[in-house]
Amino acid sequence: MTKRQKKDLARILLGAALFSAAALLPLEGTARLLAFLVPYLFLGYDVFWAALRNLAGGQFLDENFLMSLATVGAMLAGEYPEGVAVMLFYQVGELFQRCAVDKSRRSISQLMDIRPDSANVVRDGQILKVNPEGVAVGETILVRPGERVPLDGTVSDGQTTLNTAALTGESLPADAGPGDAVISGSVNLSRVIRVSVRSVYGESTVARILDLVENAASKKARVEAFITRFARYYTPAVVGCAALLALVPPLALGLPWSEWVHRALIFLVVSCPCALVISVPLSFFGGIGGASRQGILVKGSSYLEALSRTRTVVFDKTGTLTEGSFTVSAVHPEVVSEAQLLEYAACAETYSNHPISLSIRRAHGREIPTGTVTDAEDLAGLGVRAVVNGHMIYAGNSALMDSVGAGWHGCHRVGTIIHVAVDGAYMGHIVISDTIKPDARQAIDRLRAMGVVRLVMLTGDREAVGRDVGDRLGLDQVHAQLMPGDKVSAVERLLGEQKEGETLAFVGDGINDAPVLSRADIGIAMGALGSDAAIEAADLVLMDDKPSKLADALLIARRTMAIVHQNIVFALAVKVAVLVLGALGIADMWLAVFADVGVSVLAILNAMRAMRIKGKDGIQQSSPVR
Amino acid sequence: MRKTYRLRDLDCANCAAKMERGISKIPGVQSASISFMTQRLTIEADEPLLDSIIKQAVKVCRKIEPDCTILL
Repeated sequence: MTKRQKKDLARILLGAALFSAAALLPLEGTARLLAFLVPYLFLGYDVFWAALRNLAGGQFLDENFLMSLATVGAMLAGEYPEGVAVMLFYQVGELFQRCAVDKSRRSISQLMDIRPDSANVVRDGQILKVNPEGVAVGETILVRPGERVPLDGTVSDGQTTLNTAALTGESLPADAGPGDAVISGSVNLSRVIRVSVRSVYGESTVARILDLVENAASKKARVEAFITRFARYYTPAVVGCAALLALVPPLALGLPWSEWVHRALIFLVVSCPCALVISVPLSFFGGIGGASRQGILVKGSSYLEALSRTRTVVFDKTGTLTEGSFTVSAVHPEVVSEAQLLEYAACAETYSNHPISLSIRRAHGREIPTGTVTDAEDLAGLGVRAVVNGHMIYAGNSALMDSVGAGWHGCHRVGTIIHVAVDGAYMGHIVISDTIKPDARQAIDRLRAMGVVRLVMLTGDREAVGRDVGDRLGLDQVHAQLMPGDKVSAVERLLGEQKEGETLAFVGDGINDAPVLSRADIGIAMGALGSDAAIEAADLVLMDDKPSKLADALLIARRTMAIVHQNIVFALAVKVAVLVLGALGIADMWLAVFADVGVSVLAILNAMRAMRIKGKDGIQQSSPVR
Repeated sequence: MRKTYRLRDLDCANCAAKMERGISKIPGVQSASISFMTQRLTIEADEPLLDSIIKQAVKVCRKIEPDCTILL
């Protein structure tokens, strides 16, 4: 509680004590009125003041004015205890509301507590503690164990493990050594490292994430807009009904004034839409905050709402469902051993930097002695050629084999086939394929279990490769051999096939797919820590590159929407019930004030649940490191 | 262009909605949005008008919720 809230609490307790005293003292007439006026004025002075001030400003249907009117009416009618009680419980409700809002604001800023306080910069051989904003690109900073990396950069010296849980939700520490990139916001766990700074603070990962989270709420959900519009009409409508109730029965039917004015006052007590108006943004805020704790950044409540209605998910293949790195998946020699074939290929590929060459060299794994390979050449679109220990080796596609007259044959495995020929004789082939991410299948199954009916993959890769991945993951549609522009039209076609009210989410790794990200109802960028363009274009950013995070995001969106709907239905139902009972003369003012404050309290407590929605694996959060 | 301002002592969600509505009606404002939870006001308007718009926004804010101030 803040100082102000403590003061408010003290005031409420004192007011309640004065109120009980007034109720217990055996007083009559004017003395009794005076005894109740003390707690009444003590509890309500700020409400009256705000009401007068807002009335002067032309704000006539504000809650302070309505509360004042209801309680003054009760006091005039001689119902002193009711008048004081309404004021007392109104203040209790207000205090509770402020505490709840404060608490969730605080706990979310704690979740996002990744802002570095200082950086240890090395200047002229001395280590200086400075503000991260004062460090220039190219300077070297020192990060000690337990400290947060303040700026993005590359390790120049030292070997350590880093915890990126606050950024990605991933609890498994990552190793980092010289040459490895480190991201600001991660925590150094084991040893001192020196980092060469790559970007200024304003452009660092931490600064971008904080900016994104803090500005998240500027895009409001439809249900949020609905509720503020509703509130705009609700209060005048209820006040109008109250006026009718007070005037019509006594004037038209000659019924007793006191009874009907009392019923009208009950309407005024229930006329404040606060519980509704506050619980909706509070729920969304909690949902967005809870998501960011799990490495899912949502750019606004409208996207959480749209995601909850997703029936079609479109994936990009490379980097999203597959690792995007090539590995040797099979070695099929013709006349030599597997190791020998791999050795030939690795030698021939020594001087090429193509991802395929890298994967063959990685599979081979051994150092090739200098002087072995002479006269190496890249043959664009075909493969490579090199002289190895005096033998001419060709490694590449079937066209290359044809051109050197080697008798090649195809392979039953799906992937990229690299044929190898030595001195014109066919030696066999190596199959290279992109590996499917370990949690891709689980992600697809979970999405399907949550009611996503169409799972589609788009790829620029060949038909056979796309179909193979699609079959193994159990996708509904695969569209292969697409150019970047084709992806947009494929998504547009899928959008056109949707039913009203359903949404389509596109998930990509953020490289080259910005146009598709912005065309889809919800664009989701994955593993986007490094990519500015993706963070800019996407509506949702998964900090990790795990597809299963998408299922977590959908779960959070669904639960948050469920909480929002529960609150709206519950609050409206109670209010309508009290209004009806009040009009019939069954509910008294006590019930009305309890219902009003009670609904607020329950709706707020329910809204705060949204913060604690967990993904499948639970919240992977490390213990705080200071 | 879009500009975001912080709000201090924004205490009531309904007032935030009223302020948002009021600021949206200021001539030249393309869109205005107040986040009650993050206490931020985002205004989208043409840059040359922004100065006079924010002056009027302060007035709207003072009228609806006198305790709340826009931090410039």
